Order: sequence, then structure tokens, then C-alpha cells
Amino acid sequence: MNQAIPPAAMNSLRSGPTERGRFGDYGGRFVAETLMPIVLAVEQAYAEAKHDPKFQQDLAWHLTHYVGRPSPLWFAERLTKRLGGAKIYFKRDELNHTGSHKANNCMGQILLARRMGKTRIIAETGAGQHGVATATMCALFGLPCTVYMGATDVARQAPNVFRMKLLGAEVVPVTSGAGTLKDAMNEAMRDWVANVNDTFYIIGTVAGPHPYPMMVRDFQSVIGEEAKVQMREAEGRLPDACVACIGGGSNAMGLFHPFLDDTAVRLIGVEAGGHGIDTGEHAASLTGGRPGVLHGNRTYLLQDDDGQIIEAHSISAGLDYPGIGPEHSWLHDIGRVEYVSATDNEALDAFQLCTRTEGIIPALEPAHALAYVTKLAPTMDADKIILMNLCGRGDKDVATVAAHMGVTL
Amino acid sequence: MSRIAARFAALKKEGRGALIPFLEAWDPVEATSKALLRGMPGAGADLIEIGMPFTDPMADGPIIQAAARRGLLAGVKVRFILDMVREFRTGDQATPIVLMGYLNPILSYGPRKFCEDAAKAGVDGLIIVDLPTEEADLLLPHTAANGIDFIRLVAPTTDDARMPHVLNGSSGFVYYVSITGITGTRSASSADLAAAIPRIRRVTDLPIAIGFGVRTPAQAAEASRVADAAVVASALIDTLAGNLDADGKAKPGTVEKVLAQVKALADGVRG
Repeated sequence: MNQAIPPAAMNSLRSGPTERGRFGDYGGRFVAETLMPIVLAVEQAYAEAKHDPKFQQDLAWHLTHYVGRPSPLWFAERLTKRLGGAKIYFKRDELNHTGSHKANNCMGQILLARRMGKTRIIAETGAGQHGVATATMCALFGLPCTVYMGATDVARQAPNVFRMKLLGAEVVPVTSGAGTLKDAMNEAMRDWVANVNDTFYIIGTVAGPHPYPMMVRDFQSVIGEEAKVQMREAEGRLPDACVACIGGGSNAMGLFHPFLDDTAVRLIGVEAGGHGIDTGEHAASLTGGRPGVLHGNRTYLLQDDDGQIIEAHSISAGLDYPGIGPEHSWLHDIGRVEYVSATDNEALDAFQLCTRTEGIIPALEPAHALAYVTKLAPTMDADKIILMNLCGRGDKDVATVAAHMGVTL
Repeated sequence: MSRIAARFAALKKEGRGALIPFLEAWDPVEATSKALLRGMPGAGADLIEIGMPFTDPMADGPIIQAAARRGLLAGVKVRFILDMVREFRTGDQATPIVLMGYLNPILSYGPRKFCEDAAKAGVDGLIIVDLPTEEADLLLPHTAANGIDFIRLVAPTTDDARMPHVLNGSSGFVYYVSITGITGTRSASSADLAAAIPRIRRVTDLPIAIGFGVRTPAQAAEASRVADAAVVASALIDTLAGNLDADGKAKPGTVEKVLAQVKALADGVRG
């Protein structure tokens, strides 16, 4: 199949996807006919909203005054000294309202849902960050909200489950499969099929049928756009490397996209290595998977020889997904972004390091990115710069980490 | 003429619609699903739909989800399902077989090779739930080259403007998903069906099958009368699932119970 960059993108890596929602061979609209009309309607509504200054002003206003943007850029000086190498900066998206980058996307999509006249919101969630962000926006705008969450994740992310309920959302535990993010997304799709007339599905990552991978990327690109300006202010130049963790890949896509054409900037995505890639128990779709179709898009997937999807494993509920956004698959194939992995244990070590060195308790998701930064920074000279997306705060993970440290709370 | 076209032509002469019962491959084990397949024509099946298990059946309700899980647990592979059809064809050359499933196992097998092997095995049609017209070029050249009908799905959300696009170049029959929802959950009303089927007829001369929510002989009779065929799936799997022992195997007499239900549905369709 054709792996080439689409003609329109010859001069830029930022012009995708095609009209069919393709990034190279990846993406598309692989949904049941029942959903096709609504998927096309979302595409059209978003295309109009994207070019409507009123919509963009409304979004910017809410991001500033409700979400709390721009998020700061923080020079992690003690961590830099400790690791002894490149200067490390954190993009502090954990300081957003609701505690993660998910708010950027949820605000964008709920404004679109309102514009489309939809009166009910559904979402899937893994760690609960996207669920909390969705429930929050629904509370703000007074819309009923149902969040699908794998039963395993309901158990390991109890504080977020309670948070969603406080915000007025209905949380539906999903027991099929391993009871994680993949299963939650299946169930959300089933809900959408049955309630397509009044319901808007706020997908939390850069996956799903077109236009979601593009739309979520656009809403998250505020991360990279701000970071570019902030890096120039702080250092007078762009970083040498950007690092972000990847489950579905929305925080990474948001950081990377504005940098795609700055070819001197290395872009590094860190997948969840679970117990180790060689154990087969991981969530590293690009490192350990191959292309297939799931949840509306063609992308790299963890699957067996017969095309059945394999359950992912990660200590981080937010990365515990057997697929990845299609734009990442394309960026992987063309070599623009490097994709590596960090194991559960490496992430746990990085979690503690960040907490004690910088006084920031990171979520286990960006702890994976940090685990790679701890390896990368010492290999780089002191005048080099690493920008890492600290995409979520770790309050929700305190119990998980305690259990791994053998501490009873 | 394809088996599907021939069967619908013959039924038209008889002046009745078709019954299309469904079974999930390897549910709960190979032997049971093969016995069901062998027995269905004798029980009155006019066409047969075989479900190809997938780990993530996004358009299916709990009943067919569970059937798929049992099939996968029993070790079913795509190639085994083609073998099953080949075996069936040694005893039955007339009853059309339609495979229903999701795209990824077919992609993994290789779309061209799958269509070639399926045609050789005696498969007549494919219903791929997550392959809408917008993406169908992935499979269409291969179904066409091998004489397999790529059955299009039409939903209540498919409006009149979209209908010709969805049915463009379709063959075999049209599968009308009669509710906005997943399988085995609820049924369309008579009024819904009476309004929907003429919308499709205006665009195509192909036979129309109604699926999703057809459970009883009366519902099957109505569907085959309003349209041209009734697909019954969850109701049959319900019976199968209700007759499994503690090990998940079919109790004695289970196959007969399911086939008796097919017979009752067939009697309904025959009026």
C-alpha cells in the first residue's frame, strides 16, 4: 500500500489528514452504517466551527478563564542537575482545571456538541482523566453525561470515579474483555449507535473515525503552540527534543503537531512497556503491534495472527490501550517521530524521582515520558534542551503507587 | 446466477420471503456449530448467516458478544470457518451462505486471499459491519473478482440523500438494520418497517432482508412479508446459551431445540 506523504503535504507534515481522513494509510471511517451519517455530520460541523472566528473566540475564552491556559513552562532545575545533561523543561498541563490535558479537548468538543444542538454527552475513559474532564464540562453547561469505564479501571481509579459522580455523571462499569479502556470504547460506541439522534460522543484521544483524530489533535495543539512561544521566551530557541507519553496519543499529538515541520527538533513518543516488551504484557502498539482496524480507524494494533485484538497491559490505566492514534502510525512509518517505551517499574521510579526532586506528583502516564527523559538527558550536552509534556497530575495514582511500594493507606 | 440471486428468484415464484437464521462459528464448540449448520436447511433456513467471532464486536449486544467470546474460547480461526463452509458444501450446493463479521480478521488474513479462499469454499456473501461504503474499496475489487456479494447495510439513520450512495454497485441483497441500536436489544415497530422499506425499494430492485430485533415467528413472518427476508440471530443464540452445561458445552438435545426454533420461524415465514 501507498506509504507516501499525500501530495498536499509535500511541503508540510501538518496538512493531514486527506478528505477521507487518512494520514498515509492510516485513519479512515470504519464504523457501522448507523453511525456513518452522524460521523459525517460531526465532520461537517467541525469544519464549519474551525473556520468560524466566533467559535474560536468562544473556545479561547473558555480555555483562558475556565481551563486556566496557558499552562506554565517550568525549568526543572533540580532534576536537570540530578540527571546531569540536557536542560529539562516541563509543559505543565497537569495544572489545567481537572488536572490533565484532557480539558483542552473536552472544552472544544462540548462547544461543538452545543453548536450541533446535541443534548446528551457520552465518553469513554481509562484513567478517568478524560471522564472527569467530560463530566466537568457537562456540569458547566448543564448537559447529562454518561461515562463508560472498564471495571478494572473503576477499581484502580476510585477517586476519579467518585469525582465523576460528584460532578453529576453516570459512570457505567464495563465488564467485557479485560475491563479496560478498549472495552469502555466499545461500549461507548454501542451507546452512540443506540442514541445517535440526541447524543454527542466526546472521544478522549486522537483515535476513532475521522474527524476525531484530526479534531482532538487540533484541540490539543494548544499545548505545542504555547510551548513554542514559551521556549522562545525562556531560551530564545526551540528545544532539541520533545518527549511525551502515548496511550492513544492525544497529549503527544498536541505537543508534537506544532513542531512537525521544525525538523531539527527530535520528537519522541513513549509507549507503555508494561512488564517489558518481551513479556508480551505491554501497551506498546507501535513497538509490538501491526496495522489493523479497530474503533473506527486503521492504525497499529496489538493483535494475534488471526486479527483478534490482544489485551494491553500497563500500570497506567490511561495508557492501557491496544491501539494508537492513526497520525502517530503515519509519523512512525515516515520516521518523523521516534517511538520508544518505558516499563511499569521505570515509570514508578520516575514518579518518585519527580515527586521528590521537583515537588510535583505526576500522573503515572507522564511518568513514562519522564522515565525516558531520565535515560535521554544524561546522553545530551548541558546546552541542549528537552521539553517534556507533564500532561497530568498524580493524585489519582497515589493508591496504586502505595500498593507497589508495599504501603497500606 | 449466484446462489443468493437464484434462491430469492425461486422464493419469489413461491410467493414468500426468506428466513435467514444465524449461528456464530464455534459457539460453543466446533461440533455444535457444525451440527447447527448442517441441520438448518432441513429446518427451513432459506439462506444461512454465519457469524465470524471478533474480540471487539462493537455493533453487537450482550447475547452475540457472549457467543463470539465462546467461539474464540473454543479456538476458532478465520480459516476454520472457511473449512466449515467447504464441508457444508459437500452436502448442500443450493443454500446460500453469508459470512457476517468485522473487518480486522479479514484484513489480517489478507482481503484478496480471503475473498479467493471464501469463494472456493462456497461462501456467497459478506456482511462486514465496520466497513461502510466510504471504505468499501478496500474489499470490493476482491469480492467482485471472486463472485462474492458484498451485502450493504442500510440503517434508519441512512437518509434518502445518502441511500443511493450506500447502495451504489450493491449486489445479493440489502440488509436493513431495523433499529438504531445494537443486536438483540429491541425491535422495530410495524409502522417503522412499513415506512422504511419503501424508501429502500425506491433505490434498488435487490431483495431486502430485515435484521436486528426479529425474534418470534410472527415477527419473522411480518419482516419477510414487508421486505423479502428475516434475519434471526439473538433469539436463536439465546436458546443455545440457555442450554449449556456447567462446562459451557451444549446439553443433549440443544441442537434439536435450536433447530425446532428455526422450524417454527420457517413455518411463520411460510404463513
